Amino acid sequence: MSLTVLEPGFYTTIQDLGRPGLRHAGLGAGGAMDSYALRVANLLTGNDPQAAGLELTLSGPVLRAEQDMLVAITGADMGPRIEGGMELPMWRPVWLAAGTVVRLGRAAAGCRAYLAVAGGILVPPQLGGRGTDVRARIGGLDGRPLAAGDAIPCMAAGDLPPPAAALAARLRQRALAEGRRRMMAAPRWFAPPRAYGGAGTDGIVLRAMPGAESGQFSEAARTALYREPFRVAPASDRMGLRLSGPMLERTTRAELLSHGVAPGTVQVPPGGSPIVLAADCQTTGGYPKLAQVAYADLPLLAQARPGDIIRFQPVALAEAQRLDLAREQELSVLAAGIKAAINSL
Amino acid sequence: MHEEHTYEIAGGTLRAAPLGDRAIVLTAGNSGDNETSQLLAQVGRRLRQVCPLWVEDIVPAYETVTIYYDPFSLVKEAAAGNMGQASHEEASRPFAAAVRIIGRLLELPEGQKDEAAGRLIHIPVCYGGSGGPDLEEAAARSGLSAEAYAAMHAEAEYTVAMLGFMPGFPYLTGLPERLAQPRRAEPRKSVPAGSVAVAAQQTGIYPVSVPGGWQIIGRTSVRLFDKDAAEPALLRAGDRVKFVAVREDELVLEGAWSL
Repeated sequence: MSLTVLEPGFYTTIQDLGRPGLRHAGLGAGGAMDSYALRVANLLTGNDPQAAGLELTLSGPVLRAEQDMLVAITGADMGPRIEGGMELPMWRPVWLAAGTVVRLGRAAAGCRAYLAVAGGILVPPQLGGRGTDVRARIGGLDGRPLAAGDAIPCMAAGDLPPPAAALAARLRQRALAEGRRRMMAAPRWFAPPRAYGGAGTDGIVLRAMPGAESGQFSEAARTALYREPFRVAPASDRMGLRLSGPMLERTTRAELLSHGVAPGTVQVPPGGSPIVLAADCQTTGGYPKLAQVAYADLPLLAQARPGDIIRFQPVALAEAQRLDLAREQELSVLAAGIKAAINSL
Repeated sequence: MHEEHTYEIAGGTLRAAPLGDRAIVLTAGNSGDNETSQLLAQVGRRLRQVCPLWVEDIVPAYETVTIYYDPFSLVKEAAAGNMGQASHEEASRPFAAAVRIIGRLLELPEGQKDEAAGRLIHIPVCYGGSGGPDLEEAAARSGLSAEAYAAMHAEAEYTVAMLGFMPGFPYLTGLPERLAQPRRAEPRKSVPAGSVAVAAQQTGIYPVSVPGGWQIIGRTSVRLFDKDAAEPALLRAGDRVKFVAVREDELVLEGAWSL
């Protein structure tokens, strides 16, 4: 049983929360760029947070459900619709009848949307994850982005775990009770949607800590990082976002030996334009590190697209960790709320 | 600054500093010579042996070991009482707690024998020819014949300083000074998998075909990264490596990638 890809969209990959544990072998952890949005989509469909879903980039795919299924779409708004016109609500579970075609368009703001299906996407795990690492050619479907004609393996309706099965059955009943042949049903409740800033706004604010080599940059560079706006350059992808803005001058030419880097590392190559590393970044790098974006703000980085404005704001390590833990608490509360909502249907 | 911490261990001093809010970098006093690489690889192996659940990855490199961790997992363990006398206050400051625990782990007496230490791996290489298109020029830059350059490269013993750049790519230190090479002015669009290459004072092996700027001096059929294996990389930081010169037809016989 599966979802069929009719049109792949701009860049659609199967992603989960990554495969940490093999960085020492040179394999990055990868995973969803906006892990928050994927986790919420998973919670809404009764999945474990680490279940694999689809990551849609800038312009979404056209998919056909080959079976009755429960899905949820979160992240950037790509105007999801059922073929035939009806809008598919985001940030809530949606039951789809077999044969339904879901069409996503261009993101109005933000960069990435996530589609979770109850039971998760069941491509075989490789090296501890189902997500796609395109550079290492592992995970997903043959380690590559989706293409037209692909069949995305999903769990058969009869195998769904109890909460998802109960929710799917309830929504199916509701659709049938409507009398007409309804292709879709959703509850009234939803997870709080997130809004994403665009190019016309004040910009996306990323909180950041000083990097190990920040002392090697000029006073002007360190000031400019937190004071000036940067624009996301077109050559940005899951490996990193290239930013254009003031030239960030380093006061030494000394070469660094390669060292560990992580998503959120703001490194500055000799040209002076910073790169913010993202989910698919290499495990090690050799450019000086000017700053490190707080983990809690990586979902915002994931939603920045070429042309968007980024601003950095200083944050202390302790505060960054508090934000990270608060985000986890927030997700626990949301998980409990969704569970209660499913049970009370 | 309280975000820096120093450990005294047998073999040297390590400095701990944050790499953002989810990683800690241990830096050795000296820079990337063979001894430092060995020390850091050993620290990496020790930490791996006693790895707490909240540690995701331990990555030794030239002069650093980077420890990637999950603060939420650490706090949960602390709350469950699994971290000894960790105070409630410390559990709300994961970095401080992680630094304290890492220090304790580094002080632990060596429990089991470090079997991974001193692993010596032989890698067959066919030098020059179509698999090593840059050998002649590299040799000329070093003032050697191609044969002498290859012989010196195979004679030396190397240490895996780190894996990085791509899955399974080993950075090997120990290249004789005379064999050092500049990177190519224009990187090749595709360097074939198995290419043995040299850049600056290091040598390495490309696990898969990718663009690259190192000087290619030979080719091996050894598989460096096996995505179906539980431990996918053939080499680990701290391994010693020797290259064995073979003929092209012998390389084909090695096709099963066994050693």
